[in-house]
Amino acid sequence: MPKLTINGIEVEVEKGTTVLQACEMIGIEVPRFCYHEKLAIVANCRMCLVEQKGAPKPVPSCHSLCVDNMEIETDTPAVRQARQSVMEFMLANHPLDCPICDQGGECDLQDQAFAYGYDRGRFHESKRAVVNKEFGPLIKTVMTRCIHCTRCIRFGEDIAGVPQLGLVGRGEDAEVSTFVGEAINSELSGNMVDVCPVGALTNKPYAFTARSWELTKTDSIDVLDAVGSAIRIDSRDGKVMRVLPNRNEDINEVWISDKTRHACDGLSVNRITEPHIRVKGKLKPVSWDKAFKTIADKLSGLDGKQMAALAGNQADCESILALKDLMTAYDCPNLDCRIDGADYDVSERCGYIMNTPILQIEQADAILLVGTFLRHEATMINARIRKAWFKRKIPIGVIGDADLDYTYPVTALGNDASVLEDLAKGKGDFAKVLAASGKAMIIVGAGALARKDGAAIQSVCRVIAEKYGMLDKAWNGFNVLQTAAARVGALDLGFVPQKGGKGFADIVKQCHKGAVSFLYLLGVDNTDLTRKELGDDAFVVYQGTHFDYGAELADVVLPGAAYSEKTATYINTEGRPQRTHAAVKPPEQAKEDWKIIRALSGIVDKTLPYNAIEELWERLIKQLPQVKEMGKIVMPPWKEFGKKGNVDKTPFTPVFDNYYQTCPISRASLVMAQCQEQFGPPVKPVKAAGKGGKK
Amino acid sequence: MLSDKDRIFKNLYGDLGADLKSAKARGDWKDTNKILARGHDEIIAEVKASGLRGRGGAGFPPGVKWSFMPKESSKPSYLVINADESEPGTCKDREILRHEPHKLIEGALIAGFAMRAHRAFIYVRGEFYNEGLALMKAIDEAYAAGFLGKNACGSGWDFDITVHRGAGAYICGEETALLNSLEGKRGMPRNKPPFPAMAGLYDCPTTINNVETISVVSTIMRKGAKWFSSFGREGNTGTKLFCISGHVNNPCTVEEEMGIPMRTLIEKHAGGVKGGWDNLLAVIPGGSSCPCLPKDICETVKMDYDGLKEAGSSFGTGGVIVMDKSTDIIEAICRLSKFYKHESCGQCTPCREGTGWVLRIMERMVKGDAEIHEIDQLWDITKQMEGKTICALADAAAWPVQGLIRHFRAEIEERINSYKQSLKQEGAA
Repeated sequence: MPKLTINGIEVEVEKGTTVLQACEMIGIEVPRFCYHEKLAIVANCRMCLVEQKGAPKPVPSCHSLCVDNMEIETDTPAVRQARQSVMEFMLANHPLDCPICDQGGECDLQDQAFAYGYDRGRFHESKRAVVNKEFGPLIKTVMTRCIHCTRCIRFGEDIAGVPQLGLVGRGEDAEVSTFVGEAINSELSGNMVDVCPVGALTNKPYAFTARSWELTKTDSIDVLDAVGSAIRIDSRDGKVMRVLPNRNEDINEVWISDKTRHACDGLSVNRITEPHIRVKGKLKPVSWDKAFKTIADKLSGLDGKQMAALAGNQADCESILALKDLMTAYDCPNLDCRIDGADYDVSERCGYIMNTPILQIEQADAILLVGTFLRHEATMINARIRKAWFKRKIPIGVIGDADLDYTYPVTALGNDASVLEDLAKGKGDFAKVLAASGKAMIIVGAGALARKDGAAIQSVCRVIAEKYGMLDKAWNGFNVLQTAAARVGALDLGFVPQKGGKGFADIVKQCHKGAVSFLYLLGVDNTDLTRKELGDDAFVVYQGTHFDYGAELADVVLPGAAYSEKTATYINTEGRPQRTHAAVKPPEQAKEDWKIIRALSGIVDKTLPYNAIEELWERLIKQLPQVKEMGKIVMPPWKEFGKKGNVDKTPFTPVFDNYYQTCPISRASLVMAQCQEQFGPPVKPVKAAGKGGKK
Repeated sequence: MLSDKDRIFKNLYGDLGADLKSAKARGDWKDTNKILARGHDEIIAEVKASGLRGRGGAGFPPGVKWSFMPKESSKPSYLVINADESEPGTCKDREILRHEPHKLIEGALIAGFAMRAHRAFIYVRGEFYNEGLALMKAIDEAYAAGFLGKNACGSGWDFDITVHRGAGAYICGEETALLNSLEGKRGMPRNKPPFPAMAGLYDCPTTINNVETISVVSTIMRKGAKWFSSFGREGNTGTKLFCISGHVNNPCTVEEEMGIPMRTLIEKHAGGVKGGWDNLLAVIPGGSSCPCLPKDICETVKMDYDGLKEAGSSFGTGGVIVMDKSTDIIEAICRLSKFYKHESCGQCTPCREGTGWVLRIMERMVKGDAEIHEIDQLWDITKQMEGKTICALADAAAWPVQGLIRHFRAEIEERINSYKQSLKQEGAA
């Protein structure tokens, strides 16, 4: 471990630490622009120059590795002068248009010019002007402000795996640009705005809407996929203005996906703001009392078997638990949360979660992807796999559509589940790869398990995991990748058919037959489900946030709260419990979801035994001990699960053919619609009413 | 003055033939295997003892450079020869490429053997089209004669040479930018460390040497370090190719002893300054990046590394640019500023922004459209650019301007004042 002195302070650091990092460790600030802890080091901005004893010239601290007996000075006249010089060059051609720049107030250049620059300019020549680039609907460019730090280029090349940005031209005329004027097509492009230290790349939908110092910042988590990225919700006057990533090394590092970031405008569009009941085919706003009374009237005299409840993709643990408690009070066995129709074995927790924590993906030495296009289904996990590949070029096999761009090279093993059976028997080249690896992973997509042969696929994947030694004390390589934020929580809570109960597909059939006459949809917005399929006699209650597919089916609509409006528990695909925090209030008469169910329970005389969220949490922890500590994973023991069966040869298809619009929030978002238009495949024609059937 | 028998490059002017037969007649390829038989370390020791310093501009001793190469490595070692001669005022490597290619090829074999490399890459400047052809012809001859390839010269050492053409960027003559360019990347200098000897071309141990450096190696090995170091003075030994251009009667490239007085060099070999020595205004002694020297210093200065350093300039590549009194020295230096602005790769802030800024001020200075205090500001800006970047291009852009201000400040002031005067007169009219 090298020992060095920085400004006379002796420090001992890990081998491979840079001087800049060492300075940070002891609280010495070193200004920088091009250096970013997650990106490759290029040392081109020259802002972090420090003095090293014995070196003829100042050295860039971001690029210098600490060695024994190094003597570093960060605050000498020479260093100050060097910083002032670099800052002067930096500002020479910078437009200094801070008053009309969205970066103002959170700009590295502004802050560092204030701290390290001269107090006046000497550059009186004409300033360089650079033509703005069109990077698509998410990134606004003012390229004259660019200081050529190349962070965005390195992000695209290294992290996102879309080498679309580069420098064109030389010297003063160098410009950051895409290849022949293309937009940046990546699910991570929003992060380029974050890494830009100046106002060259800014958030386009957010442009000119707020100043950073006007915003209220709330730490929360994302529920638009099952990854649970840490986010910061910035709001003003009760409106969510933007979503930014928070640091969580275990999950998303410092990045988030574009959907997480940019779907937030959908939170204030097309919202259900008051209860509705359907009168003559049209939804009519009513009071809460009236809505509850209508439901209570319908429920009175019904037997539990005549009822059913489904929990949707963004339902929180609290409301799922409350709904389960309510339905149990009626002895209703017909519960399900797998609204994609999946019917695999969920009796053991290790059979439906990602057993390898996301952080550990970096250690994997071989990965097998089964029927999952992670780039769309779990963008941040895909980024982590790319990181693992980027560092160590690990082999990644794909059973599924290998023609898609995964952002890392994959070995196509065939698009058909029978390949799994071959692997389980040890056939094929990839079997050798898996056999040779010490820390292999298999990731089964939710799409693969939602097939008719899902249970058999789950079972054969377990066999593969066991056969290739993916399981030992410190490593569990069997992973099911969920795509819905609510799913693991709902499965943990046992929101599945109870004894004698029906699952999703059967509930729909029973509704049609008239055997089930009351259906409660907790945020179920299933694009495949039509009212025709449910039949005319079923009474459907929808509780949710948007006038989307679910509300379309409903006889009574109850306005719930979106993730930005409630403090609620979600368990991500790794089985990690996390909590959102309310940044704003639910709109108008909308309420937090568990409160709606609790209120309804009182009206139907089945009063649930909790009056405050804390009491509900107590019950939640009793039910799920793993929820006790937020953010911590409790690894389930490895147990027998799965049902043996035959897999069929149907090719795997991606879960989403439209990455940008996958939930009520993103479907309501104008920005996501623009992205879909620019980057997405053509939208399929809407299914003709009446003809539609389930896939 | 160097006598003809002591010249290393006897066919500098192309009158003896560049082919293998003629080269052999001049002594090239004679018992090369015996030289190689002396072993890796002895060759390095011999070159070190000769006091040879790198002829590409920086003057780092190649023997020392070679000794940095790993003796054992799991990766292959490479010798890269920098034939991307682009420094304005320098045209020595071109003469070697077209007239003495076998000196270079033989030197490459010896140097490559010394540093335990089995392959050399020669990166030839894109504009050197014919020179590249001449070199490739000579390489073909050497292969045909068994001097290269498997068991080169019967020494038991396999050695191959690959010629790569550049695309004409000045910065690709910087050794690490050259490596990037050779790898097919954008020609931008790399951060050091890691030094090329540790991780150079394709991350393998690499040594980059100038054409002239490599070309003199075979003669040093034949005639001995003692012979070579008998020329010049300590730390500045040997002979050197000087390229004399500008306002002289007979611009030429000539081999001379290190430390020859500049005046002698110009008068003996280049036919003197046009209009006589007294018509001399200034000399840029080592290629465009070196600060210019006024006549009084030129009278006495010695042409070697230390001599020119003492005089406040630099030996560089030995490209002597002579300017007589008809020269507008401000405009001349401004032209260099334009060159460096154009050639900056744009990576580091001080160079990217500084070269453009300097040029803009220089363009005004040429007209006189500036303030007197801006001279100090210009000096300050060039000082701010110096030593803060990854490579030395920013320094190279700064030095000519510093030389101008150091020695010709009066001219700049006069230009500014007369411009002001003319404005006043216009206003009055």
